[in-house]
Amino acid sequence: MTFIPKPKVAHPSLPRNELGLTRRDYEGSLSTLCAGCGHDSITAAITEACWGLSLEPKNLVKLSGIGCSSKTTAYFVAGAHGFNSVHGRMPSIAMGANAANRELHYIGISGDGDTLSIGLGQFAHAIRRNVNMLYVIENNGVYGLTKGQFSASADLGTRAKKGEVNTQPPIDPVLLAMTLGAGFVARSFSGDRRQLVPLLQAGLQYRGFALIDVLSPCVTFNDHEGSTKSYQYTREHYEPAVQADFVPRQPEITVDYGEGEAISVTMHDGSRIVLRKIDASYDPLDADAAHSSVQQKLRRQEYLTGLLHVRPDGQDFHAINRTPERPLNQLPFAALSPGSQALDQVLQRFR
Amino acid sequence: MSSAAPRINDFVIKIATVNGTGSASANSLLMKSIFRSGIPVMGKNYFPSNIQGLPTWYEIRVTKQGYVARSGAVDIMVAMNAETYGRDAREVAPGGYLIYDSTWPRPVLFKREDVTVLGVPLARMVNESFTGVRTRILMKNICYAGVLAALLDLDLEQIRSLLAETYGRKPQLVDANMKAIQLGADYARAHFDCPLPMRAEPMDATRGHILIDGNTAAGLGAVFAGATVAAWYPITPSTSLMDAFKGFCERLRVDPETGRRNFAFIQAEDELAAIGMVLGASWNGARAFTATSGPGISLMGEFIGLAYYAEVPAVIFDVQRVGPSTGMPTRTQQCDLLAAAYASHGDTKHVCLYPANPEECFYMAVQAFDLAERLQTPVLVLSDLDIGMNDWMCPDLKWDDSYVPDRGKVLGAQELEKIDKFHRYLDLDEDGIPYRTLPGVHAKGAYFTRGSGHTQFGTYTEDPAEYQIVIDRLTRKFATAKRLVPPAVLTAARTTTDMGVVSLGSCDGAILEALDVLTTMGVAVNYLRIKAFPFGGEIEQFLAEHRVIFVVEQNRDAQLRSLLTIETGVEKSRLRSLLHYSGLPISSGCIVEGILSELHIAPGVQPALRPVMSGAVQS
Repeated sequence: MTFIPKPKVAHPSLPRNELGLTRRDYEGSLSTLCAGCGHDSITAAITEACWGLSLEPKNLVKLSGIGCSSKTTAYFVAGAHGFNSVHGRMPSIAMGANAANRELHYIGISGDGDTLSIGLGQFAHAIRRNVNMLYVIENNGVYGLTKGQFSASADLGTRAKKGEVNTQPPIDPVLLAMTLGAGFVARSFSGDRRQLVPLLQAGLQYRGFALIDVLSPCVTFNDHEGSTKSYQYTREHYEPAVQADFVPRQPEITVDYGEGEAISVTMHDGSRIVLRKIDASYDPLDADAAHSSVQQKLRRQEYLTGLLHVRPDGQDFHAINRTPERPLNQLPFAALSPGSQALDQVLQRFR
Repeated sequence: MSSAAPRINDFVIKIATVNGTGSASANSLLMKSIFRSGIPVMGKNYFPSNIQGLPTWYEIRVTKQGYVARSGAVDIMVAMNAETYGRDAREVAPGGYLIYDSTWPRPVLFKREDVTVLGVPLARMVNESFTGVRTRILMKNICYAGVLAALLDLDLEQIRSLLAETYGRKPQLVDANMKAIQLGADYARAHFDCPLPMRAEPMDATRGHILIDGNTAAGLGAVFAGATVAAWYPITPSTSLMDAFKGFCERLRVDPETGRRNFAFIQAEDELAAIGMVLGASWNGARAFTATSGPGISLMGEFIGLAYYAEVPAVIFDVQRVGPSTGMPTRTQQCDLLAAAYASHGDTKHVCLYPANPEECFYMAVQAFDLAERLQTPVLVLSDLDIGMNDWMCPDLKWDDSYVPDRGKVLGAQELEKIDKFHRYLDLDEDGIPYRTLPGVHAKGAYFTRGSGHTQFGTYTEDPAEYQIVIDRLTRKFATAKRLVPPAVLTAARTTTDMGVVSLGSCDGAILEALDVLTTMGVAVNYLRIKAFPFGGEIEQFLAEHRVIFVVEQNRDAQLRSLLTIETGVEKSRLRSLLHYSGLPISSGCIVEGILSELHIAPGVQPALRPVMSGAVQS
């Protein structure tokens, strides 16, 4: 693989965020994915989202498993620590890292193989524990690095590049996450940055497990006719149900979308998500109704997108565990090791 | 009644019961009352992988010499389980005693003429004095403790005060238990010649000691080491280690005012997730650990390899049980020595610590965190079921308040501020150990951790030379580990000898006892107990200095012997294996016999001349 260092020169007229950083400061190393890969668009959206939030790069932690999607953690926010772990096991790394330091922002990037096949168990249990993290699935329905096998998100009847037809039903991460009680469940499309960026921002600020399933076509192995995860098919079959705008703590609502009933959801840190229903009958606060709507559309091979379900009052791992506000990895040793007198006391039980 | 010579404070009681009948409290009562009388005592529990209804045994060895191993013989059998009467009766050593519940006739028990059979109508007495099915079952067990108390001459007041401690808030339970004790004791005194020739006589040999199991000690060690993140998946026999950690944390680590918990205790969905959480937390700067047993080590393999290559600290307690596969989950072995040392695919080697008893579980727990963070690598503490779940007499655990944890080469914000650029995997100090940074500390500290090929600067690579620089440095780091791990312990014979014993872990007690026996027979053997992997120079030296080396271990395939032949220059032919792998803890007998048969001396025969010892010391 060729490694081309990106030039670090930034044009002086580039806009700067509250920290005085430009978008360039949120970039990572050069992507080695195929030209036109949906994942690169997501990487760009994450860069934009972090810049827009004025997130201090060092306070972001990037985690991933194995696969094309998992490589992308190297391609954004070079100033953040990254951990590219083993296949399907990123959620456990995220859980441990989050347990050690609750103050940082954790973003996990995974794929449909990494999440729905080898990593299904860890994905499900991370939701149950309500780990405070943003979990992004870059969902393309195929295994790219091993050259085009179907993944567990491949639709029934979809055709592989070499002609094989998929005969097993897909696992839908959005429905699964809702079933498991996730408090922030969204779906988007790598080609719709206007929808994706605020979703990423809201997901990063949400306290608890936030899932965004991003349909992200694989230009090399799954962008042909007969594929249900191609650019063309996705554009034709996705339907925004709820538009989410992320509103930072300073209330400044900018909405440039059509009419609809607006719902404002306040999060733990005081920031808000303003939800605009595009489909008036859709209720993102009602998990059961949301689940039913998403499922009905899926049966017709249509993807509802947007922030499909949000529960603002959930308790994350640390709230349930009653951990102190100060991160565990910063507690002084004296607060952890009880000392010789305490040991003598303990030993009384064993005499 | 036997008229044998008295055997004071040197005998074994074995109690055969059915699991789930509450015999544990009766057995612990006996253990503690002997211990409180100042007499060294050891307890071993042979229990089934089951909740209720299967045979279970508890062995109490009263040992004035303070031996900690299983004796291998039974002097007093309390046969409470009709299902196992036959084999329990057979196991009693000639001249021993067999106590049984004579409420029902048991002719099978009377086939032994070299054993004194003592019938006590336990069920009848208890049924007459107590009501309620559960109470009667429990009290029948307490009642045999009363019988033994009278036969062994234990102090009943001692027993009452123990009961008062246990049931402090429920005086009616103290009275009920004491009533059952008294029933048994009175019956024994009325019908038998109490005390027996083998009996307890107060000593002063347990002062400054505790009775503790290794899992409790290891869990306590993790608390004192400052571990904050514990992730695990339940598996026998490691579960009680995590229970202990949690219990001590709830007592010692919860802020009394705010109720905030200075620890995270996470029951994972499986062992893969458990070790993943440990890596995530350690990578992020917390002291984190997991506890597991053989099957868990197999499952953790991939992550252990990642931790080795990406250089993430981790502490893993492996409380070994019988394998292969599910094996016998409630029986003991040392069968993960190779699996632990080389866990995971690719070229991987791991630091292992081998505690020999609960005391070392406590200290090695602390050492494991220091080593893991100093070396930025997984450290496996290989205990076993015998150490982990049985009560051992140990010297009081001590804590040095001046202890400062070794957090290793972690660059803080100030250090990062001063440097131009941080490179994760550079060997700046020529000890093979690079510097690391923690997320959130400083903008300059950011780096990308990966299990894929990486350069010494932390970037991705598929370049042969760049790959090799990192993988070769890891070898140098392992050489550094040799200098940091605890050295082996030498127990030298009183006379010069070219025979040696090498062993590790829970074989220690049996070997020390065997050496005493051999010394009385005039056989001199030097003994080296290995405490850690990689093997230090002292181990090489010991192997070189002995012509014949007995490698004692508790597995079928001589795994320690294999490790020694792989990792040292010793010739295979000089290593003789003495293996014990039935699932019961090793006893001194098989070591004595093994060494004697190697010397062509029949056990029990006083050796006259030992040709094997006349050879010159080889080096």
